[in-house]
Amino acid sequence: MLIDSTTCASGCTDCVSACNTENGLSSATGPTDAQWIRKIEIKEVRTGKTQSLPMMCQHCAEPPCVDVCPTGASFKRADGIVLVDKHSCIGCRYCVMACPYKARSFVHEPLDQQKPDVPRGKGTVEGCTLCVHKVDRGESPACVSACASAGHNAMLFGNLNDLDSEIARRVASLTARQVREDLNLDTGVRYVGI
Amino acid sequence: MKTRLQALPASRSASALLAALLLVLAAAAGAFWTMEHYGHVVTGMDNQIVWGLPHVFAVFLVVAASGALNVASMASVFGKTEFKPLAPLSGLLAIALLVGGLAVLLLDLGRPDRLIVAMTHFNFKSIFAWNIFLYTGFMAIVATYLWTMMEHGMGRYTAAVGLGAFIWRVLLTTGTGSIFGFLVARQAYDSALLAPLFIALSLSYGLAVFMLVLMLACHGGARSLGDALMARLARLQIVFIAAGLYFVLVYHLTNLYFTKHHGFERFLLLEGGIHTALFWIGQVVLGGLLPLALLRHPAIGQLRRRIATSAALVIGGGLAQMYVTIVGGQAFPLVLFPGRQISSSFRDGIVNPYQPSLPEWLLGLGGLALAALIVLLALRLLPLLPQRLDDAVMQPEPSEPIGAKA
Repeated sequence: MLIDSTTCASGCTDCVSACNTENGLSSATGPTDAQWIRKIEIKEVRTGKTQSLPMMCQHCAEPPCVDVCPTGASFKRADGIVLVDKHSCIGCRYCVMACPYKARSFVHEPLDQQKPDVPRGKGTVEGCTLCVHKVDRGESPACVSACASAGHNAMLFGNLNDLDSEIARRVASLTARQVREDLNLDTGVRYVGI
Repeated sequence: MKTRLQALPASRSASALLAALLLVLAAAAGAFWTMEHYGHVVTGMDNQIVWGLPHVFAVFLVVAASGALNVASMASVFGKTEFKPLAPLSGLLAIALLVGGLAVLLLDLGRPDRLIVAMTHFNFKSIFAWNIFLYTGFMAIVATYLWTMMEHGMGRYTAAVGLGAFIWRVLLTTGTGSIFGFLVARQAYDSALLAPLFIALSLSYGLAVFMLVLMLACHGGARSLGDALMARLARLQIVFIAAGLYFVLVYHLTNLYFTKHHGFERFLLLEGGIHTALFWIGQVVLGGLLPLALLRHPAIGQLRRRIATSAALVIGGGLAQMYVTIVGGQAFPLVLFPGRQISSSFRDGIVNPYQPSLPEWLLGLGGLALAALIVLLALRLLPLLPQRLDDAVMQPEPSEPIGAKA
């Protein structure tokens, strides 16, 4: 995924709302509530310059969450999407400790009204799935569609490994950066303008 | 003179202790049921502080478990035969503390019912998965060690198994320290120093628990306990506490040298509120410097009182250290964009508050109670404690140990 923070509007949370609706999240933002995607406001300390961008699981090629998971419940699909197997997650939260992006949430309460496509469960850990159920149908993640509908087009989804894809061309032509590049995790989400 | 091992006799104080421990365990069971039924929402933990007070107790117990084996290792590995009669108690404490710690870790899981998954599905790149083998292996090797000590004719294997147990305890604490040391994401961790730091801390935590239990058991069981023996243990404890403080110093000096860690050090050492207070007052002064002073200076008071007080302080300081390491390490925000201020609905960029709830306290104390229950029952039912531990049977060294004067 490529995110252009120069066109991401401060105060716009359409991507967040779309994610919550698509995945059956409550939209609540209390300390124990799950947030799979959030808007981060960034401010340069010296110049006061501000920026806004969405932050979610970065779907690392070398994901620390997968490394630390004792049971292998955190795993990476062949296409690079990082997921949690809800049947083998024991709720140890080691992946939450290990994620540099604060992208994982632990389910603190019993859930109801879940979406059939999006398995969740009390006592397990979860995070952005890149709307894998939609991707597998050939569609884009809900956040990307919502951003396009809002006219910002700050999010682009595609196959980075397909050199002919639009995302691969744009990543090659623009200065796309990874968050916490120093960790060398080879993230699947890249940002322009950070 | 030889000393025989003998189970503790029945006593009113032992029965009272047993009743108190069962009460704490019943409360802990209630706390577990509440957390299991309602979810972790009933705890003070949230998506910012995901490891809270139960982990503080659990990791302390696990670290102290490996340290509790010190006395046995002194006898079997380092040739200090005067500690040999205490080796069974040392082994028992190691197993009991580990069981107590692991019980808390297990019951704090989001899905403790899936223990079977954890025992059958392994990701061998995970330190947690290694630790499952390190913990179970430690219990097996220490149990074997106890067996060689207690079974007639098995004594010839004690030294070899004791060496194995010593190597294993070093590996075990390396694994425990590495749970944090291998976390690249957080400023407080991401350091190979955490493994040796945890080993150094385990030495004093384990010996503190050992000395307290030894004094309590001898007092309750009306066993003689020599001053020379206690002074020797106290001298050992001085070295152990100093070693722990040394590694804490090196850890913070390293961070203070690296500019990228200055924010975290400022938080922990100066501006972190409860974490700063627990670090300086709890971990360093009450848990380190004061016990050192108590053990070093005979003029302060009577030897036993100084040892008991210092041991209690080291244990309290150890819990403070675990709180600072585990909760403090999460309270400091993740650095996503170095040099820039960030904010979000997910509490990015702020110091995360944490208020432990009653179920967490009860679960943690339940771990301590479980360890104590195992020790009490084992000492009551099995011949693990020498009949006599007075100086006449313990063959004191010719030279006067430091702090031996009462």
